[in-house]
Amino acid sequence: MARVVVDVMPKPEILDPQGQAVANALPRLGFDGITTVRQGKHFELEVADDVDDATLAKIAETFLANPVIEDWVVRRVEA
Amino acid sequence: MRVGVITFPGTLDDVDAARAVRYAGGEAVSLWHADHDLKGVDAVIVPGGFSYGDYLRCGAIARFAPVMQEVVEAANKGMPVLGICNGFQILCEAHLLPGALVRNSKLHFVCRDQWLRVENNETAWTTRYDRGAEILVPLKSGEGGYQADQRTLDELEGEGRVVYRYVGEDPNGSRNGIAGITSANGRVVGLMPHPEHAIDALTGPTDDGLGMFLSLVDSVVKA
Repeated sequence: MARVVVDVMPKPEILDPQGQAVANALPRLGFDGITTVRQGKHFELEVADDVDDATLAKIAETFLANPVIEDWVVRRVEA
Repeated sequence: MRVGVITFPGTLDDVDAARAVRYAGGEAVSLWHADHDLKGVDAVIVPGGFSYGDYLRCGAIARFAPVMQEVVEAANKGMPVLGICNGFQILCEAHLLPGALVRNSKLHFVCRDQWLRVENNETAWTTRYDRGAEILVPLKSGEGGYQADQRTLDELEGEGRVVYRYVGEDPNGSRNGIAGITSANGRVVGLMPHPEHAIDALTGPTDDGLGMFLSLVDSVVKA
């Protein structure tokens, strides 16, 4: 088994109102110096050894992310 | 005129959609998400709600439901399909319509009666309206912001495929104030507001939404 991480983020040109709301809250909470926040999704998959990179890319592209509005990155990490 | 109305786990507005079909003189046929069967219907409505709890993304899981495979196949052969609210999100996820719906720009769930302008009255679902007419129907959604890349927007605008636009202040951050769009052949329409809740002044703000269902019945009778 391997651990695979998929990070999904809104594309830079897509408005991210949730990230903006977090960014706007930070100064109110006394945290200064943070200019931008983008909010996305982080998936951790436990994957059998015979699942290849092409399959993982297909999972990310067709299901975990919507490529119209989101970018995705797949990476294998040490379990 | 048999019109299928799909029910997914978490669908809310299938009952009102079926009622709208009956008001327009059609026969509403219940379709179940897990069936590979459209029961010989002439058109399909994908109604609003929170299919599969909106987990992952709105419409992302519903898109893979067995009944949606059949809807995509039938739509590609020209069957009229209407997606309302969550149904619009599902049709976008299924690539029957371009673009995507994202969180409202002001983050709040919007629930109000909303004026829309009819921009295209040549689709299978809008022939009963005058172009430029303004209609009042409920809007109730948290992720109704229409987004697409500039090339897609230019294509939609250039081909007259924007069906409805919000009148007045944009309620959810939709690009170009887009409330509804159609496919290249004008058979598939998706919109965020709810025409099926506005078919009788007794139960809705107006009966302005009924025209969509009457348009459909007209189109099939003519064909």
